[in-house]
Parts: sequence; C-alpha cells; structure tokens
Amino acid sequence: MAPTARPTVAQPLSPHLQIYRWTWTMAMSVFHRITGTALYGGTALVAIWLAALASGPAAYGWVAGFFGSIFGKLILFVYTWILLHHMLGGIRHFVWDAGIGFDKTQRLSLARLTLIGSTALTVVVWVVGLLAR
Amino acid sequence: MAKENIRQNPAVSIRTPRARVRGLGVSHHGAGHWWLQRLTAVANVVLMLAFVVIIARMAGRPYPEAIRLVGSPFVSLVLILAVLSVTIHMRLGMQVVIEDYVHAPATKIAAIFANNFYAVVVAVACLYAILRVGFGQPPV
Repeated sequence: MAPTARPTVAQPLSPHLQIYRWTWTMAMSVFHRITGTALYGGTALVAIWLAALASGPAAYGWVAGFFGSIFGKLILFVYTWILLHHMLGGIRHFVWDAGIGFDKTQRLSLARLTLIGSTALTVVVWVVGLLAR
Repeated sequence: MAKENIRQNPAVSIRTPRARVRGLGVSHHGAGHWWLQRLTAVANVVLMLAFVVIIARMAGRPYPEAIRLVGSPFVSLVLILAVLSVTIHMRLGMQVVIEDYVHAPATKIAAIFANNFYAVVVAVACLYAILRVGFGQPPV
C-alpha cells in the first residue's frame, strides 16, 4: 500500500476536560489524582521526621517544633484530610473493581460520600487526637 | 502494511501461542502494575490508619518518649511495612501520572527515572531511620 500524504490542515482533536460540564464523579476522579500526587510529595515530610528522630534530640526538637506550630498543625490537618480522602477514593475504586456501584444514583452517592466521609473522618481524628491528649 | 500489524495478527504471526502468553502484551508486564497497585492499596488502608494513630500518639512527646514509642518492636514493624507499601504504591501511581501527561520521550524517561530515584531515596531514608531508632543507636 502506498503511503498516504499527510493532510496539511489541522486535524480535529477529541475534546478534553475543559469542554465537559463538571460532575461529581469527574471532580472526585481528578481530586483522587491530585491527592495522590500531594501524598507523593508529603512522604518526604515523613522521611524528614523519621530522619530527625534518628539524628538526635536537637534535630527532632526542630522538626517537632515546626509541626507543633500553627503552620505545622495546618499542614498536618490538610495532610490528614488528603490522606483520608485518597483512602476513601481508593475504597470507592475497590467497590467498582468488584463490579458494583455503577448505577447513576450509586456512583453519585459514592462520589459525595468520598468528600463528606473524608471531611468527617478528618474532624473525628483531630477531635479524638486532641481530646486524648 | 505496518510491521506491527503483522506481528499482532494471530493468523499471520509466527509466534507460538506460548510466546504470545509469555510476552504479556505490549507492556511485557501484563496486569502486574495494576495488581500491585491494588495489593498495596489494601495494605495501605490498614497501615495508614495505624500510622495516623502512631503520629497522634507521638505529637507533643519529649524526645526520649518519642524514641521509646517508635523503637518499640510493634510500632517499628508497622512503620517498616507502611514505608514499603506506601513507597511502592506511590511509585506506581506517579508512573501512571507521568505516562498520562508527559509525552516527549526524553522528558518522560527523565521523569520516570526521577520517580524511581525519589521513591527509593524516601524508602531507604525512612527504613534506615526506623532501624536506627529500633536498634537503639540515636543519642537519647
């Protein structure tokens, strides 16, 4: 077969994210990837915390002081929420992997539950954590 | 016709059925990536809930107490398992993100290299620190 000449006009491209109306499932899908990427970077904080602990009291005091500050606590609070949101998003994927939860109302409920559940769980974790002090 | 089409067409291909199965498709990994991502995800649910509890119990403790907590065999074990599961999971996840959004071959290879290096550095740094605390090396 003879090679076809390449067209000189721009080819039509399939539409991407910006052309669609935002839906709950789409938003939670995008957010699952964003939270995953955030956790990827956040793991470095865990490494810094553990390295400081292994280094001695001075290094640990500095890191513990940072995470104990208002800014540090804010980072940890958002970290908790992102972690729990990604966890619930993953559990939602397990439900779908099992072949269930694909009905219109079910998938909308699952998407909403991911956001509501992660927010509620984060508050519970922090309230229990602070009360148990 | 393109060479690839002949190779993929079972009627034309000279590859044996066994070779086709062993090749595990175009990625040569089959569903291995997907499967390991799910396996570590299940482990992460348990390990991260334990991790949150450990962090909450650590908060505000003076250094010797923090060392005793992380250095206890059970907490050390949970942290080691968590680091292994999380770093494998995040490396796989980031690879999919790179493959989806980075298309220029040189940038893509560089990004995948960086992803692997980052995951290994984080994993080894965490594991070394946990073992050092567990075996009683840090100055208390």
